[in-house]
Amino acid sequence: MLKFCMRIFSLFALSASVLFFIFNSAFAGNPTKVGFVYLTTPGDHGWTYAHELGKQMVEKRFGSDVKVSVVENVPEGPDATRVIRELAKQGNEIIFTTSFGYMEPTLKVAKEFPNVKFEHITGYKRSKNVATGNIRFYEGRYIQGVVAGLMTKTNKIGYIGAYPIAEVIMGINSFAQGLRSVNKDASISVIWANTWYDPVKEADAAKVHIAEGADILAQHTDSPAMLQIAEKKGALGFGQSTDMSAFAPKAQLFASINNWGPYYIRKIEELKSGKWNTGDGPDHWAGNDWGGLKAEMLLISKFQNMPDSVAKKAQEALNGLKSGKINIFAGPLVDNTGKEIIPAGKSLDDGALWGMNYYLKGVNGKVPG
Amino acid sequence: MITFIPRDKVSKNWTIIGPILSIFLTVFFGLLIFTFLGYNPLETLYQIFLSPFSRIDRISDIFVKACPLIIVGIGLMLCFRANVWNIGAEGQFIIGTLLAGSFALLFPSIETKFFIFIMIVIGFIGGALWAFIPAILKTKLNVNEILVSLMLVYVAMLFIDFIVRGPLRDPMSFGFPLSKPYPEGAIINKIPFPGIGYLGQLHYGILFIILLIPISWLFVNKTLSGFKINVLGAAPKAAKFAGFKQNTITITVLLISGGLAGVAGVIEVSANIGQLQPEVSFGYGFTAIIVAFLGRLNPVGILFAGIIIATVKLGADNAQMSMGIPKVVTGLFEGILLFFLLTGETLQKYKIKWSKVT
Amino acid sequence: MDALILTIIATSIPLLLAATGELITEKSGVLNLGVEGMMLSGAVGALGAVLWLGNPYFGIIAGALSGIFMASIFSIFTINFMTNQVATGLGLTIFATGLTGLAGAPLVGKTVPSLPKIEIFLLSDIPFVGEILFKQDFIAYLSIAIIIFITYFLKYSKSGIVLRAVGDDHQSAHSVGYPVKKIRWYATCFGGMCAGIGGAYIPLVLTPHWSEGMTAGRGWIALALVVFASWIPWRIIVGALIFGGITIAQLVGQARGWPIPSQILSMMPYLATIVALTMISGRISKNNSVVPASLGKPFFDTQ
Repeated sequence: MLKFCMRIFSLFALSASVLFFIFNSAFAGNPTKVGFVYLTTPGDHGWTYAHELGKQMVEKRFGSDVKVSVVENVPEGPDATRVIRELAKQGNEIIFTTSFGYMEPTLKVAKEFPNVKFEHITGYKRSKNVATGNIRFYEGRYIQGVVAGLMTKTNKIGYIGAYPIAEVIMGINSFAQGLRSVNKDASISVIWANTWYDPVKEADAAKVHIAEGADILAQHTDSPAMLQIAEKKGALGFGQSTDMSAFAPKAQLFASINNWGPYYIRKIEELKSGKWNTGDGPDHWAGNDWGGLKAEMLLISKFQNMPDSVAKKAQEALNGLKSGKINIFAGPLVDNTGKEIIPAGKSLDDGALWGMNYYLKGVNGKVPG
Repeated sequence: MITFIPRDKVSKNWTIIGPILSIFLTVFFGLLIFTFLGYNPLETLYQIFLSPFSRIDRISDIFVKACPLIIVGIGLMLCFRANVWNIGAEGQFIIGTLLAGSFALLFPSIETKFFIFIMIVIGFIGGALWAFIPAILKTKLNVNEILVSLMLVYVAMLFIDFIVRGPLRDPMSFGFPLSKPYPEGAIINKIPFPGIGYLGQLHYGILFIILLIPISWLFVNKTLSGFKINVLGAAPKAAKFAGFKQNTITITVLLISGGLAGVAGVIEVSANIGQLQPEVSFGYGFTAIIVAFLGRLNPVGILFAGIIIATVKLGADNAQMSMGIPKVVTGLFEGILLFFLLTGETLQKYKIKWSKVT
Repeated sequence: MDALILTIIATSIPLLLAATGELITEKSGVLNLGVEGMMLSGAVGALGAVLWLGNPYFGIIAGALSGIFMASIFSIFTINFMTNQVATGLGLTIFATGLTGLAGAPLVGKTVPSLPKIEIFLLSDIPFVGEILFKQDFIAYLSIAIIIFITYFLKYSKSGIVLRAVGDDHQSAHSVGYPVKKIRWYATCFGGMCAGIGGAYIPLVLTPHWSEGMTAGRGWIALALVVFASWIPWRIIVGALIFGGITIAQLVGQARGWPIPSQILSMMPYLATIVALTMISGRISKNNSVVPASLGKPFFDTQ
């Protein structure tokens, strides 16, 4: 019986491998093979959708010169290691892993495939063939703060955060700096959803903020649920990752848009011309690519649902950030308990931003954990 | 009209025909669905069912993926045989991992070759403790174990989240919810093959399955305890009559299944992740329920069931990479397969009779 | 304050509906663990129908039909083919998650008008109470109507008594001549209908869009609520409100800066369910009439 099974099995494996070669040779050609690993599906309208748009820009720009493979819904664990390795084995020359939790899996596989280039999005560890890329999301939040400060009537801002990690906290603090630059009386309340994505929970958090008196909402979670609630209840808010005005035409003031396309295109071009590198910075958060408004990795959608005077102020903030005239985290900075963070004349560097575990003045409460 | 007529004894033929027929029917429905969705059905089937076998390292990855499913599935097998519905293996998996992981992170300097074995024992205890809650509530207060074990899954998920974001967070992780990496001794290594190197992610943890399957087979088929479990499940009244202690059996099977889920977690995380993070399980505890049923609540069957489910999961990834088929189809497949298999189980016990509607 | 209460009510309604349906299913002796799957299909069906036909009320009907569709798959296998109910129910949820993911793909990125609020003449003008109770949407009123109906149905109607008889002892019910399978089919489909409408409430009222797996575990909570309520309809209202209340309280606590870790607060509803289960079960063991005795056992039709 066992022998029989073995025979059947080997027959199976044989026919499978023959089939595999047939299929493989059918797709012969010489485009650059590019792989993408997504955490969820593009249907989240947020984080992954923004990457999907970037991928589409790549396909549009290179046409038949690239062959793109995508794997979506990859959990941040052993599955990620396997999927990334599989993409490398299938001959992808550059692989974009688009979530923080892919950091260790990416590094692990990169060690096994020294000739394949890896681009880990939002991570902080690099190696010879692993580069990191990230966006200065917090810059957009400063402008959100400015607009919120001018638009609020109740002086209460509701903020929905996913998890209390440095990336989200620096966004809140940046928002607070923008807010206080135009309105010293307003303050921010934060609700942690403890999820990147649960539309019903995000909607509940938005409703609670509104019930507690907030009239402007901001979010660092992924679904458009918060804006839809704002739309229904007559509050205002900001879109996250992609332009969400289709979901809330009357509520979205503007959206900070993650624009990965140009970054992807640049890195693929570098690869094609043999100039791809991981930068020469130290193994540090600053990374070789942490672009913001100036690099156009972060875009600001149309200012809407606000008077011209406010839109003008917002545009000024945008221009100021682009030209470098506005330094968001310039001293003197005081946290919300009154402790001095940095004196006048100095400003926080990138490393300090990634160490943030406190709220600046203008934010209520305490960072959990 | 179809009517069912009970067979005098369980049909041997259907025990074998059932699963094979179910797979064929699933493939058939799969063909229909993919044709309907506009994908090349043959290539899709090749990608989902055969491509995972197309390379030796892909085959070893099937075993890596199947490993936790089989271990948890074996534990659940005992429960389900005794008619105890533990559907909270996911939570027991998490707590076992968390307890063993905390040990590894708090005492990294203990110098012993058996570090990983200590962790496995702690993992077993952790999982068993979590399963002890529904066990004690069920036996002492007659509380429904399905719901308690399920509620505890959510509690466990939130608890590990809290621990990894708070007390055990690596201070060097920029606020990201990761623990420090495990010490050397807590890692399960990949198996090196002379001349080839590593095969995918294949690690020494697999050896645990090779031990577990024969042991559980012997336990179920050759020991008195195994017999008692079977009787309790199949004929509770007879068990009562024979004087078996129902509560003891219920508690035992829950503790063993919880413990095994914990062990599965320790092996999975020590071999594949190497640190604690908010998500460690990825639904293994739930998928293992299907594995247990697919395997007909029998150790060898569970081995094959684990392999089949792992194959479909890997195949779905491949299908997505090469053809862009959305991953949700795996769920569709698993569901259909399970429906047909369960029907096959009915056919083991009953004959079909066709009759005209009167 | 009334805004918060309204939020709690809105969060509770999907749970309330799904649990009510499951209560009837369980009363007939069928344990359907596929509630999550039926809710998902209700959500996707409702959104699809509204996009296609343009009127949110069609969404309710489509949600109900999608739920019934899933429930009939469950019924064919468990009632006609006598498969194991626990496994089939889990299978149904997995199946439905996959199917709705595929079926929902074209709906991604689209939004629909919400179900309008209906003000009940005069009553809605009562301060506070009117705002909360008499300015709700159609599904909210419907869910209360269903609860009142099934309370009456189970207690006073002949069919209700037959349903309970089938759930308590299917063999005796069969020998008296009641069509056990047919009754269980109806009961399961009623459960599917309610779960479908409950699921439909999410895209129709709470967050008007579709995303994969958007019910996020609420179907499982509904299952717990049935036991929490010890199979008594009005207690489901209480249970659903408590559950919704704790969910919202946890968010309010954060907004107001209560110094408790949010994960611990998030655990509360689940722990509360376990405690409630334990407290009720203490009574159940003394008074066995509460749990349908044939719950989860397949019925074989001897002819």
